[in-house]
Amino acid sequence: MDDQPLIRWDWIGRNWDTGRAGSIMSLLVDHVIMASLAIVLGLVIALPMGIACVRWRWLYQPTSGVMNVIYALPSLPVFMFLLPVTGLERATVIIPLGVYAVAVLVPAVVDGITAVPDHVRQSAVAMGFNPLRRLLQIELALAVPVVLAGLRVVAVSSISLVSVGALIGQGGLGNLFTDAFKRDFLTPAIVGIVLIIAMALIADGLLIFLQRVLTPWAKARRST
Amino acid sequence: MITFDGVTKRYGDGTVAVDHLQLEMATGEITVLVGPSGCGKTTSLRMINRMIDASEGQILLDGVDVRTIDPPTLRRGIGYVIQQAGLFPHRTIVDNIATVPFLLGWNRKKARDRAMELLERVGLRPEMASRYPFQLSGGQQQRVGVARALAADPPVLLMDEPFSAVDPVVRTSLQEELLRLQSELNKTIVFVTHDIDEAITLGDRVAVLRVGGKLAQYAEPATLLSDPADDFVREFLGQDRGIRRLSFIDDSGLRLRSDLTVPVADEVTAVAATAAAVESPWLAVVDEENRPIGWVAAADLPAAGTLRDVRLLSHGTFVRGKDSLRTALDAALLSPSGCAIAVDGDGRVAGVATRESLDEAMALAASATFDPKDAADG
Ligand SMILES: Nc1ncnc2c1ncn2[C@@H]1O[C@H](COP(=O)(O)OP(=O)(O)O)[C@@H](O)[C@H]1O
Ligand SMILES: [Mg+2]
Repeated sequence: MDDQPLIRWDWIGRNWDTGRAGSIMSLLVDHVIMASLAIVLGLVIALPMGIACVRWRWLYQPTSGVMNVIYALPSLPVFMFLLPVTGLERATVIIPLGVYAVAVLVPAVVDGITAVPDHVRQSAVAMGFNPLRRLLQIELALAVPVVLAGLRVVAVSSISLVSVGALIGQGGLGNLFTDAFKRDFLTPAIVGIVLIIAMALIADGLLIFLQRVLTPWAKARRST
Repeated sequence: MITFDGVTKRYGDGTVAVDHLQLEMATGEITVLVGPSGCGKTTSLRMINRMIDASEGQILLDGVDVRTIDPPTLRRGIGYVIQQAGLFPHRTIVDNIATVPFLLGWNRKKARDRAMELLERVGLRPEMASRYPFQLSGGQQQRVGVARALAADPPVLLMDEPFSAVDPVVRTSLQEELLRLQSELNKTIVFVTHDIDEAITLGDRVAVLRVGGKLAQYAEPATLLSDPADDFVREFLGQDRGIRRLSFIDDSGLRLRSDLTVPVADEVTAVAATAAAVESPWLAVVDEENRPIGWVAAADLPAAGTLRDVRLLSHGTFVRGKDSLRTALDAALLSPSGCAIAVDGDGRVAGVATRESLDEAMALAASATFDPKDAADG
């Protein structure tokens, strides 16, 4: 072990893409799929919840209370708890991560919508927007920068949290960590860490790019 | 025509914001609602497009009760401009202006073409079209606000303190622009302000409201100045009512003298002779094209040379047949001679209004302050 090099490149070469389930490539794909589904699930649930919390203000306090509690739950016991229901499936990982995402995104949606200046909302009413159109074309459109900021947090944390799923055999690149532990062999762990960090950076970069493209108007903090 | 028929607004907390308002706002005119903060101006305005519904009474748009019209439909037919412009930060200027055409389902090209036309109409350069609101100054944003309100060519325009947040110089130019636009478009405009000077400048008719939402007086600006209905209106109008009223009196009562000008090329000896002949200590000096360049005092003439060698004194002018008596008086006060030079539309001298003729015109104006017909409206 002592004379073993830190990284065994030959191991990486042999296991990169074998076409079988345990290869680095297939774990990476798995990881991307689980993280993406969790993020999308979170967004799809958080949008209507956030809108409802703006529409009925009294909902927001209890909702954000529950969200905070959920966010505080450690992920492993949650996986264990879901296991009997969902089995050894990706869903066991995706569902809790999606719920974490909701916990982060609901406040983002609420903050984004409530930050729309009153005179902008009033003028939309005065121009003759009906409530649905006003919500979609004005309020949600203006909430995009805040929601995207929330998504950046969610993307990075989801990508990293997927690996915990390795403890129930559904961890994407996280499986490389358990593998490394079991065999007392460092290389897979290093590969896993590097790839996860790279993925997080790429996801974050994509979201920043999206922010630039979607909201050129938010470049300078506006005075209006 | 917009008719307020016994309109009252009582808010949920019991506040009576508007109290039995009875008003008729004429088609094609600017009606100004003016009064101190909290007197119910915004509430009154918003009851017209149903952003607020009246508690009692009716508001009729050309005889139709607004409450029979579905709010979004009603609002798309009524332009609305507010103080902070209320532009949509995420839409370009051209798309902001095209808001109502888009809502009405015009195709994109037609809506944007119309928006570009309006951009120019309100005095903005076409390059502005692709900018976002945060890239414009306050005054420019206000212009966009006006263009947006006009986009679908609504017959009615509601304006809630649209120029209150910009600096005085920009405000004046926006007011002039509005009057110019209105002279072309003839919209029915309801304009809300707390600034009585703005009300008097813009209004064809002015409704003065007092706190509690009661109408104190409804009259033309000149009548308001000459015959305020009560102490509240008098105090609200503030100082200088007499002088300000002169803005509404044209210069037709002002006699002009045509013998008080001398060409700048004249020899001083000839000028001295002219002064003696017309019995005036002052003469207005004009250039080769008959445009005024200043005053010269007969007593200060040098012994020889032409008027080109003489330092001329400052002068003021007013446009004959266009400016008010107030402008003429102002022009007179700007020159040491105490006389005002009248010019035509091209800036050429039309004559001189002497102190005597100004005096006569003032006396005439003062004697006309009470007109029983106007007083009956108030
Ligand atoms: N939504 C509301 N609820 C209760 N009172 C209101 C509301 N809006 C306005 N008011 C009150 O109604 C009065 C008139 O308000 P407003 O029409 O905004 O006046 P103005 O535009 O002339 O300043 C004020 O006393 C104000 O406090
Ligand atoms: Mg107001």
